[in-house]
Amino acid sequence: MSQVQSYFSQLDSIDGELATLNLGPTHPATHGIFQNVLKMDGEKIVSAEPTIGYIHRAFEKLAERRPFNQITPITDRLNYCSSPINNMGWHMTVEKLAGIDVPKRAQYMRIIVMELARIADHLVCNAVIGVDTGALTGFTYMFQERERIYDMFEEVCGARLTTNIGRIGGMERDFTPGFHAKLKDFLKTFPVNFQEFANLLERNRIFMDRVINAGPISAEMAMNYGFTGPNLRAAGVDYDVRVMSPYSSYDDFDFIIPVGQNGDTYDRFMVRQEEIRQSLKIINDAYANLPEGDYHADVPDYYLPPKDEVYTKMEALIYHFKVVMGEVPIPKGEVYHAVEGGNGELGYYLVSDGGRTPYRLHFRRPCFIYYQAYPEMIKGAMLSDAILTMSSMNVIAGELDA
Amino acid sequence: MNLSNELVLARFEQEFPGVVKASETGIDGILSVEIDREQVADVLRKMRDDSVLQFNFLSSLNGMHFPQHEGRELGVVYHLHNWVNNFRLRVKIFFPIANPHVPTLTGVWPTANWMERQEYDFFGIVFDGHPDLRRILNVDDLDVFPMRKEYKLEDGTRTDKDDRFFGRDGHEGRSFD
Amino acid sequence: MATTAEMPEGYAGEGFFATSLSKAVGLARANSLWPLPFATSCCGIEFMATMGSNYDLARFGMERLSFSPRQSDLLMVMGTISKKMGPVLKQVYTQMAEPKWVIAVGACASSGGIFDTYSVLQGIDKVIPVDVYVPGCPPRPEQLIDGIMKIQELVKNEPLRRRYSPEYQHLLEKYQIS
Repeated sequence: MSQVQSYFSQLDSIDGELATLNLGPTHPATHGIFQNVLKMDGEKIVSAEPTIGYIHRAFEKLAERRPFNQITPITDRLNYCSSPINNMGWHMTVEKLAGIDVPKRAQYMRIIVMELARIADHLVCNAVIGVDTGALTGFTYMFQERERIYDMFEEVCGARLTTNIGRIGGMERDFTPGFHAKLKDFLKTFPVNFQEFANLLERNRIFMDRVINAGPISAEMAMNYGFTGPNLRAAGVDYDVRVMSPYSSYDDFDFIIPVGQNGDTYDRFMVRQEEIRQSLKIINDAYANLPEGDYHADVPDYYLPPKDEVYTKMEALIYHFKVVMGEVPIPKGEVYHAVEGGNGELGYYLVSDGGRTPYRLHFRRPCFIYYQAYPEMIKGAMLSDAILTMSSMNVIAGELDA
Repeated sequence: MNLSNELVLARFEQEFPGVVKASETGIDGILSVEIDREQVADVLRKMRDDSVLQFNFLSSLNGMHFPQHEGRELGVVYHLHNWVNNFRLRVKIFFPIANPHVPTLTGVWPTANWMERQEYDFFGIVFDGHPDLRRILNVDDLDVFPMRKEYKLEDGTRTDKDDRFFGRDGHEGRSFD
Repeated sequence: MATTAEMPEGYAGEGFFATSLSKAVGLARANSLWPLPFATSCCGIEFMATMGSNYDLARFGMERLSFSPRQSDLLMVMGTISKKMGPVLKQVYTQMAEPKWVIAVGACASSGGIFDTYSVLQGIDKVIPVDVYVPGCPPRPEQLIDGIMKIQELVKNEPLRRRYSPEYQHLLEKYQIS
């Protein structure tokens, strides 16, 4: 045997050691800070060990310190790509516990705002899936659309991203004429721009070859791991909190729940695309049928009275003082309320002891729950597919760690 | 068959007699039952597999701390959801802080893995049989369980904020019975 | 409104312009900073919006984002830094080559923000030296651009030997960065 041949025969008998690759916590492709220590056999991943908590901000402990209307800014920062949904979920939780009935107009206004937030969240996720496969154009186009959604949020509440939108009992102000104009313009032009983005990626041969069968999960495993939201619907189960346990008049609307088949990245991408279209349909319906009426319930205990009354009437001044200083007690009891967040069932379990702050507030955070399945989903996949799986699962670090 | 709180309680009496120690319906209409901590894994597994109850989904679990309840300081609340009949249920267990051991649910639902780790991290509840019980959100070398009521929210060693100006003196006395 | 940038002081003649080296270097550095977006939470999304076409950070010379600390000049810390993340941030800062600048974007990076809790670092200046703080929760893209422009002012006017000066060494020692 020649020297070269003997060298190569020696190589065959070397047992391979698994390579350890540290993915994160700071990494360009992991959108958010969480760490994965991967054990790899060449390019294939054998096992992964996730470490999270790099942005643990102690929301649950913080909530025990803050009065009820001051917890809304914290809920903003859970899934910060779709903050209005988190805000509304919290307001509905408190309204459930306090027994407040929100008028129909306010409910429809909430639906419009929540669906706009859902569109914004899915736009980020899909644009970022595009970026991770190398398609950067979709990102620039869709972030322009997000700017228009931000403009609308600014009309309602004054902030772009972490909105603190709505109040306990309704909305803080009626839709301004600027909002009406912007929404009409959005409803006319967004479908066109969105179709451009869809044409770039949805039936793109390169994109499809890249993302089909990347990170699949079966429906049974998804349910066992507590998946909800678009990730579960991509696996084939049509569970949607808006349909299962409707809140805020969602049962007045008729919309399809898109489901996928294999639960892979392509299905997650397509489910989100279709959900954007369905959200647009809901907004159209809600806006066309927006009922007349009050934009907030008549609950002076929780909702700030109008400013002219505060300056002239005594009770209004007292209510204003109590609400702003957070001295309004919520009745004793416990309540669990879930909304369909951008990533799935966002649940709030509120235990109140009759004080001005919650006794215990637990957030059921969908990202935290379904990220557990990530090591299972990438077993045997290649590293680049693992990156795609992570970005298609739409893991938002704020919701992961809370 | 549509489930209701009464039907579920009746089924409990039929299938697991004597397991339910207390029950009440919350203001959100969800039934809460309290059971013994030793049986929680078995009972929840049977609830998942039972042909009538069919609680196929564990929505969430979280810990509770009531420092003023002697012998029942710590608790765990499980939120179950039956997708076939759209029925939710809360299962609660309470146990003393001196012996915070609870059987794990990871054998019944894999999703309980990280949920239990989070409650261990926050309250120090030890889930027996958990494959990997260690801290998940806080730093690994933290030696207290921060969500317990006796611990302050703020970091006591910070120097740039003066507690006097925030009106905090560390005493948030409250009662809950 | 003037749309041309200000010329540094110097002596101009037919076909040449003479100025001090620090001014020339400062001008070059300021207009081609390579940022490292250390985006942890909500401020990171506002940064993405600033990089987008509406507010366009690329016209300030920051077209090329570098996620590798070895190849970047400006560390943009955007978002809450928890105590678990502090050592990671310090390691990333140490890996950057001189000259380097740090901008703390958002209330959480500047001082802990609304999260006055046991697990959040009350400001990144507890672990690394910071040049510019941008307040806001999250700061609007205009505020972020204002912060970047202030960094550009700092970069333009930095003396060439600043990184070797005893004051700077003393600053690094304060943070135990060798």
